[in-house]
Amino acid sequence: MDHDEAGRPGGAGARGATDRADLAPGAARHLLGDKTALGEVDPRTIDPPYDAPGYRSSTRRSPRHPLLVLPPSVAERAGPLLGEGRVGPLDHDLTRQHPGEPIGERIVVEGRLSDGDGRPIAGQLIELWQANAAGRYAHHVDDHRAPLDPNFSGTGRCVTGPDGRYRFVTIRPGEYPWGNHHNAWRPAHLHFSVFGRAFVDRLVTQMYFPGDPLFAYDPIFNSVNDPIARQAMVAAFDLRLTEPAFALGYRFDIVVGGPRPTPLEDER
Amino acid sequence: MSPIPTPSQTVGPFLAIGLVPLANADLVAPGSDGALWIEGRLLDGAGAPVPDGMLEIFQADPLGRFPPHTEAPWSGFGRCLTDAEGRFCFTTLAPGPVRLDSGELQAPHIEVLVFARGMLRPARTRWYLPGEAELALDPVLARIDEGRRASLVAFARAPARLVIDVHLQGEHETVFFGY
Ligand SMILES: [Fe+2]
Repeated sequence: MDHDEAGRPGGAGARGATDRADLAPGAARHLLGDKTALGEVDPRTIDPPYDAPGYRSSTRRSPRHPLLVLPPSVAERAGPLLGEGRVGPLDHDLTRQHPGEPIGERIVVEGRLSDGDGRPIAGQLIELWQANAAGRYAHHVDDHRAPLDPNFSGTGRCVTGPDGRYRFVTIRPGEYPWGNHHNAWRPAHLHFSVFGRAFVDRLVTQMYFPGDPLFAYDPIFNSVNDPIARQAMVAAFDLRLTEPAFALGYRFDIVVGGPRPTPLEDER
Repeated sequence: MSPIPTPSQTVGPFLAIGLVPLANADLVAPGSDGALWIEGRLLDGAGAPVPDGMLEIFQADPLGRFPPHTEAPWSGFGRCLTDAEGRFCFTTLAPGPVRLDSGELQAPHIEVLVFARGMLRPARTRWYLPGEAELALDPVLARIDEGRRASLVAFARAPARLVIDVHLQGEHETVFFGY
C-alpha cells in the first residue's frame, strides 16, 4: 500500500496531555476514570486523529492548533431531539423504496444505541447511506464504472425504540475503488449518522463487515489506532438476527458519548 | 464494564445521499420576525473551498433555553451541506445568553460541528454574534489569543445578515474546541 504521507508527524497516538481543570463533568469521568472500565482500550485512541497517516484528503482539512477544552455548561449536555415524526414507515427498509427489488444480497442490520455507561438512548435519529451491491453510490460525483441500480437509492433512516434498538433491511454494499493511492479499495461499509443525548455526542461512523480482506489496506479503517476500538466498527454476524430464507443478520451496537477525551493534537 | 465507544469515521464524499433528506438550514422561516441570516464558506488549509462538507448548528432559543425546555417547534438544530463553492447558510433567531456551570455568563453564540470528506472526526467551533460589550466579557473568548479570537465572531454585513468563514487549517485556522 502506498502511504503517500507515511512518516508525517501528528498521527494517531501523538496526542498531548490535557488540562484536567477544564474538563466537562462527563469528560472528567471519561478521562480520569478507571481505564480498566474499558477493558484494554486506551480512551485516548478511540477516535482517529484529524491528520491521519495515509489518508490523503485529511492533509489539508485537518486543524493543526491544539483543541481548546470548553468549560462545562448546559450547552454541552443538551442536544436536539430529532426522532419523532421525521421518519416514514419504510425509511428503514432500503429494499422497498422503489417499485422493484434491488439487486444484491439482502441483509438485516440491527443493534442498540447506548451511551458510554451502557444506558439505551431511545427515540433518537439514525441515518444510513451506502453503495449498491456493485459498489456504486447513487451520487453524481461517483464515477466508478459499476452499474447503478434503479431500485436502490442507498438511503435509510430510523428512530431508536424505547430500548435503544434500531433495525435496517438493506443489501450488502459492494467494495469500491477510490483515488487515495494505487489500487486503493474501500472495505464494504455502511455509513451511519447518529444523534446521542448531547450535541457533543454526535457521531458519524462506518459499519464494516466481519473478516473483510481489505481491512489491512484501508487508511480510513486503520485511522483508528487501537485494534479493539477498530473492532467496535465491525458488525457481528448473528444467526438470531438472520431471517430464514430471507436475509443474513448482522449486529452493530453503537455507543456514543463514552470515554471520548480531548485529543489535544501535538503542538507544532 | 463500560461498552467501547464507537469510533468516528469520515462522512466521505457521498454524504449528501444520507444527510440531505433531513437537512434543514432554516430554524425559522426566512424573512420572519427576528430572522437572522448567517452565511459563510468552509475552506481548507490552502484556502480552497470544501464542496463536500456539512455544518450542523445547535443553539439556545432567544431566552437561552435548550430542548426539552423550549417551546415546540424549536429544536435549536440546523444542518447545511456546503455547495460547490464551499458556501453554507442558515436562517435562525439570535440565541439568548447561556451561563457556564461556574455561573459566568457567556456572550450569545451558536455551537457548530463541521464534517467533511477528509475529516475523520468532526471539528467543533462556535459562532458569536457581534456585540462589543458582551464579547469583551465572554469567559471562553477570554482564554483565546487575541489574534485568533476573530475567527469565532460573525461579521455583520447588514442588519440581520451575518458572515463567518470556517478555515479548517492555515494562517486563519478557526479555533476548534475539544470536550
Ligand atoms: Fe463510503
